[in-house]
Amino acid sequence: MPTVGVKRDLLFKALGRTYTDEEFDELCFEFGLELDEITSEKEIISREQGGSKASGASDVILYKIDVPANRYDLLCLEGLVRGLQVFKNKLEAPRILNNERRTAAVRPHAVAAVLRNITFTQERYDSFIELQDKLHQNVCRKRSLVAIGTHDLDTVSGPFTYTAKPPGDIRFKPLNQTKEYTAAQLMSLYKTDSHLKHFLHIIEDKPAYPVIYDSNGVVLSMPPIINGDHSKISLNTKNVFVECTATDLTKAKIVLDMMVTMFSEYCSQPFTVEEAEVVYPDGKTCKYPELAYRKEKLSSGFINRKVGINEPTEKIAQLLTKMCLRSEVTGVGDEIQVEIPPTRSDVIHACDIMEDAAMAYGFNNIPYTTPGTYTVANQFPLNKLTELLRQDLAAAGFTEALTFALCSKEDISDKLGKKISETRAVHIANPKTAEFQVARTTLLPGLLKTIAANRKMPLPLKLFEISDVVLKDETKDVGARNSRRFCAAYYNKSPGFEVIHGLLDRTMQLLAVKAARGDGYHIQASDDSTFFPGRCAEIFFRGKSVGRLGVLHPDVLGRFELAMPCSALEMDVEPFL
Amino acid sequence: MADTGVLETLLRRIEKVDDGVDSLEVATSLGVDHQVLVGAVKSLQALGDLISAELRSSKHWELLGEGTEIAEQGSHEARVFGSIPPEGLGQSELMKLSFGKIGFSKAMSNKWIRVDKAHEGGPRIFRTVEDIEDQVREKLLLVQRGNSSKLEEKEKNELKKRKLLSEVTVKSYWITKGSSFSTTITKLETELTPEMIANGSWKEKKFKPYNFEAMGVAPDCGHMHPLMKVRTQFRQIFLEMGFTEMPTNNFIESSFWNFDSLFQPQQHPARDQHDTFFLSDPALAHGFPPDYLERVKKVHSEGGYGSQGYKYDWKVEEAQKNILRTHTTAVSARMLYKLAQQERDPGCHPSGRVPPDRGRGGRLRAHAGGPHGHPARVLHQTRDYQAPLQAGLQPVHGAQHGSVQLP
Repeated sequence: MPTVGVKRDLLFKALGRTYTDEEFDELCFEFGLELDEITSEKEIISREQGGSKASGASDVILYKIDVPANRYDLLCLEGLVRGLQVFKNKLEAPRILNNERRTAAVRPHAVAAVLRNITFTQERYDSFIELQDKLHQNVCRKRSLVAIGTHDLDTVSGPFTYTAKPPGDIRFKPLNQTKEYTAAQLMSLYKTDSHLKHFLHIIEDKPAYPVIYDSNGVVLSMPPIINGDHSKISLNTKNVFVECTATDLTKAKIVLDMMVTMFSEYCSQPFTVEEAEVVYPDGKTCKYPELAYRKEKLSSGFINRKVGINEPTEKIAQLLTKMCLRSEVTGVGDEIQVEIPPTRSDVIHACDIMEDAAMAYGFNNIPYTTPGTYTVANQFPLNKLTELLRQDLAAAGFTEALTFALCSKEDISDKLGKKISETRAVHIANPKTAEFQVARTTLLPGLLKTIAANRKMPLPLKLFEISDVVLKDETKDVGARNSRRFCAAYYNKSPGFEVIHGLLDRTMQLLAVKAARGDGYHIQASDDSTFFPGRCAEIFFRGKSVGRLGVLHPDVLGRFELAMPCSALEMDVEPFL
Repeated sequence: MADTGVLETLLRRIEKVDDGVDSLEVATSLGVDHQVLVGAVKSLQALGDLISAELRSSKHWELLGEGTEIAEQGSHEARVFGSIPPEGLGQSELMKLSFGKIGFSKAMSNKWIRVDKAHEGGPRIFRTVEDIEDQVREKLLLVQRGNSSKLEEKEKNELKKRKLLSEVTVKSYWITKGSSFSTTITKLETELTPEMIANGSWKEKKFKPYNFEAMGVAPDCGHMHPLMKVRTQFRQIFLEMGFTEMPTNNFIESSFWNFDSLFQPQQHPARDQHDTFFLSDPALAHGFPPDYLERVKKVHSEGGYGSQGYKYDWKVEEAQKNILRTHTTAVSARMLYKLAQQERDPGCHPSGRVPPDRGRGGRLRAHAGGPHGHPARVLHQTRDYQAPLQAGLQPVHGAQHGSVQLP
């Protein structure tokens, strides 16, 4: 959820009335936004850097509003105001018109447009710059997908060329600098700039850097890093040339549409945008901005059913119009024609329209209903068995533990006296810390770590866990499967093998398995590096090995930082289903 | 229980006296150790209100080991003095004596002896005065005889510093008759026994009163984990509503089922390195239903089923990447696909699906892991809308998809 900061008084002025904080909070909530914080620049600085630094900062109240991540049209004051006004039926959603033509010769994936006769004030200018920033962060994925450049059209002359040149050949005076630099020099200059250093990597290693020239060879910008100083926008700029260069054409078009729709309201002919014609190297031409108004037909019955309300068709059309989706009843049955403006690139399917209708209706107003169809429930058999076992194991005096499913490589191998290559473990490519490198193949380390963390508790410590481990399995489409295991540990002054063995017998009793070879279970002495020699046994069920139990080897105890002897049991649960 | 002899003697003593007796005095007069008497007092107290004993403490000074030695043999410095014959004694010889070192320095400071360093045969010690008064020994003797009050506080503290004296707190009891005093001791029974029941002797016996203020014996029981208890309750609620549990026992999932089939675009931030755990081994999945894969690809890149799609190049390599399942909706996707295949079969009945299990997105890591030995998992619910799924699935009739996830 990106956060947009707007000056409260400017906001209220644009909205045409003032609100109390609570009223505005309510309004935001109805519209699907959240008023996150009410603060001022001064407060922000004093919170982050200390009260003394904040003394010169502005006291003006700022509203920080959370907007949904896919609503690019709400990322600036202008967009917010427009959305809210239309929602409150104070304003009709404006239609943006395309005018005239301008040419620009470009390589793939650059789009452009012109805003004519625009009037900037300080606030609008700030808002303009901020919108670019927000879009860069948001839909442009930190400038890697799209980069926006805005220029004072009167300082340069078209047609403009978007090309790529070796870094040494690019030379210009970048924004807010006093002298010219080559592109290579700029890379090192901006390495220390807190704002720009994050974007350098996008083009740093490429043999040629992108650059935009005008017909006189003046550099407009070197996307995605920095614009030229020559064409920079000031408060006096009257004509703005907006260009977006991108690796994703769809996103570039969306971004361009956003920029122009938001700020064309300040042009002398409000809501009018001048087209730019883009010429591709193969001679193909395209006009931008597309500003496509898409029409979609759907039935009010569809909306009523999905949302769970029952409104007449006209009312539905009104609700949608409130959300900037201008709608009209066509008169054919309960059909509504919805016009989706370019500002709503988040509306991709009829269900998005339906969602907006629900928001306009108010989610809190939708009545609760119970489902009409009756269904019979079913437990997943493995879970059913697990639940039953858990109850009885707690009744047997053992306490349930809940441990991490991810652990370090050592936990399942070295610490238990085993080799990592023999464990069939699934390895994580990008673990957050070394504690989470593999998915666990055994529940034992988790229990032992739990015991180690609870050494201060009175003895004996009796723990159990019934949960999944992950093992590699080539027969599955993903190459791995889960296996439900049961693990128990007894930690006391004496190892208590008989206690763990007793627990095993009790578990078998619960599972209705006889203590007999063949059709039941039996245990047999075995060697295992995790356990103390001579005190380890393997559990067999119907002739197959399903687990082992025994007294833990002192080396294992030492590696897990345990001071007392400990006996443990681990067994596969799935064969008993 | 102390010797009944002591108990009865004590009781008789108390009986004779009007006000009470001091335990120390009784101990000395009976010739028993004070602790034995204290034991007797405690036993009597346990029997009810036979006696009442008031704790008193008194302090007095006692000689420590070294102090006793000095009291008997004289202080170190005095002994040093005493061991020097008229012709003097070699210093080295003096030091050989046990009291030599300490006594020497003290005697010097008292100016009782002097050293002739230049003497032939080594430094030699001579007496300076004829007689001495062994004040230290006298003071200690006073204390030993019990007249410590004759000494000033300052002197006592000085001797305490030299570790010759110590102040000892003695606890004694002032014992008086209790409300139900008697010279005979009736032993109270603690518990009913089978023999008493058998021979009916319980009717004549007196029983020790219970202390109802104390706690009982805690039963040695096992416990279920609190989070698991909550999960059990959730399961119960959904089962009662008629939902069927989905099989979620697969933590490893392919990006295809986890993201692509749920219409999440491939460049979406949730698929970043930061927010999803990818696997290095096994790295890739295979075996996707080919027709379905094509449909998913089409909807992402071109649109379809009423959707505009995202209009980007959809790559199958991205979909093959294995991850730790970030949400159980991935299981829902598989289930819905399966149901859709089944719906051609007759006998399909309505069912709701619920998977109560874990998802493993990057952000869960930030929450999990408490300081206790039982790390916590964050539980949350999401509602599924069928509409976006329909873009990727053929329409399913007759099956109800109220799917809710419990990670």
